[in-house]
Amino acid sequence: MDFPCGRITAVMGPSGTGKTTLLRLITGQARATGGSIQVAGTDMRTANRAELYRLRRRMGMLFQNGALLTDLSVFENVAFPLREHTDLPERLIRQLVLTKLQAVGLRGAADLAPTELSGGMNRRVALARAIVMDPEILIYDEPFVGLDPISLGVILRLIRRLNDTLGLTSIVVSHDVQEIATVADKVYLLSGGKVVAGGSPQELRANPSETVKQFVGGLADGPVPFHYPAGDYFTELLARGEDA
Amino acid sequence: MKELWENMLDGLEGLGAYVRFLGRLIIVTPGALLRFDLIVQQIYNTGALSLVIIMLSGLFVGMVLGLQGFQLLERFGSEESLGVAAAIGLVKELGPVVTALLFAGRAGTALASELGLMRATDQLSAMEMMAVDPIKRVVVPRFLGGVISVPLLAAIFSLIGVYGAQLIGVQLMGVDSGSFWSQMRAGVAFTDIYEGIVKSCIFGVACSLIAVYEGYYAIPTAAGVGRATTRTVVTSAVVVLFLDYLLTAAFL
Repeated sequence: MDFPCGRITAVMGPSGTGKTTLLRLITGQARATGGSIQVAGTDMRTANRAELYRLRRRMGMLFQNGALLTDLSVFENVAFPLREHTDLPERLIRQLVLTKLQAVGLRGAADLAPTELSGGMNRRVALARAIVMDPEILIYDEPFVGLDPISLGVILRLIRRLNDTLGLTSIVVSHDVQEIATVADKVYLLSGGKVVAGGSPQELRANPSETVKQFVGGLADGPVPFHYPAGDYFTELLARGEDA
Repeated sequence: MKELWENMLDGLEGLGAYVRFLGRLIIVTPGALLRFDLIVQQIYNTGALSLVIIMLSGLFVGMVLGLQGFQLLERFGSEESLGVAAAIGLVKELGPVVTALLFAGRAGTALASELGLMRATDQLSAMEMMAVDPIKRVVVPRFLGGVISVPLLAAIFSLIGVYGAQLIGVQLMGVDSGSFWSQMRAGVAFTDIYEGIVKSCIFGVACSLIAVYEGYYAIPTAAGVGRATTRTVVTSAVVVLFLDYLLTAAFL
């Protein structure tokens, strides 16, 4: 797999197929036991803690649930990376934070606590926090889960707009086939821990493989079976129970 | 027999994990000390917010000591020694031990569940992704806050306790005020106070370490956080009482 610079690459696949693990490997939260992973020229398998932290300053990540720090306000959450890593004067921090919040449309919510936000707003604040250090790589872990159609549309447009205006390299992990097809430049489909297909969204739709068809078409049964592996249905139904 | 051996090995492994974690905390402590504002905030969270329960408990423990001590000493006609008896009991034993137990119940559980929930809601992972070490930014300030708070709380506990004993002994039972205080001043040696200080410092380290360890390594689910909270109280109580025995023996 490769994730080209300046593009949006989507990683899709059924639940439990290793998408989150892949993200953890790319960000160095987990170590690979085999193969090789290069991120911006750094080998993630051999990188030490200091190298990892240096690299992460050039990355932003949007977690599935936003992962905002609950004891800080929205403003302070976005300011957090700046306060931790830079020595900027308060006035500049304020300006930077407000610009990023304006970009996600939540400048007015700066003084709210994370608990007062809706799911969609929560994720937009997390997005503002992820871009506040002007990263080169932005990673989204399931950014659409649990969002209403309006919030989903907002996040979708933000992903595209941020990628184009900030010149980012975006990696999006998601199940939402239709939504992601509208913004992604390249799509990988994983199944059973392997890449089964890769290419533009159009190429993926035209892919003849059964697994791809099942996933793109949202079919209940196929190479990914509807039933969890079990013994014979009738034998089990007709078997005498312990207390029968 | 084999099971016992395996249990013992598990226990040793757990102890080793604690020691390693403590080592990690100590390594980043110098860096964390630069952000003293974070530590002050935690001293407020763990220490200042425990003040009411510590002071109330201290008062009642002191009053009980006053009653019981008076009853006992009266039999030997030496109720004037109530002051020194209560003070030594509080400074050497009850102050550090009860404070540590109350701290584990009030602040330790709060620390463990806070850290556990931060882990469960990905806040710790988010920090790591922002290249911020959660140990340095979140765990060490909480640990140090506890380490600093416990001895101070123990001192306050003993102080209020002595006042409680005086309240009962002198005001209620009529022990002579002058001999109550003068015997206390003459009878409590510096080594007694020193023993109390050492104990409360060690209990502070133990209770804070247990709380942040259990919270940091909590299984990130509702049940896991609950379990971490319970383990914090139970482990702290057992460890404090065990250490108390060891330290008392060592000071003899």
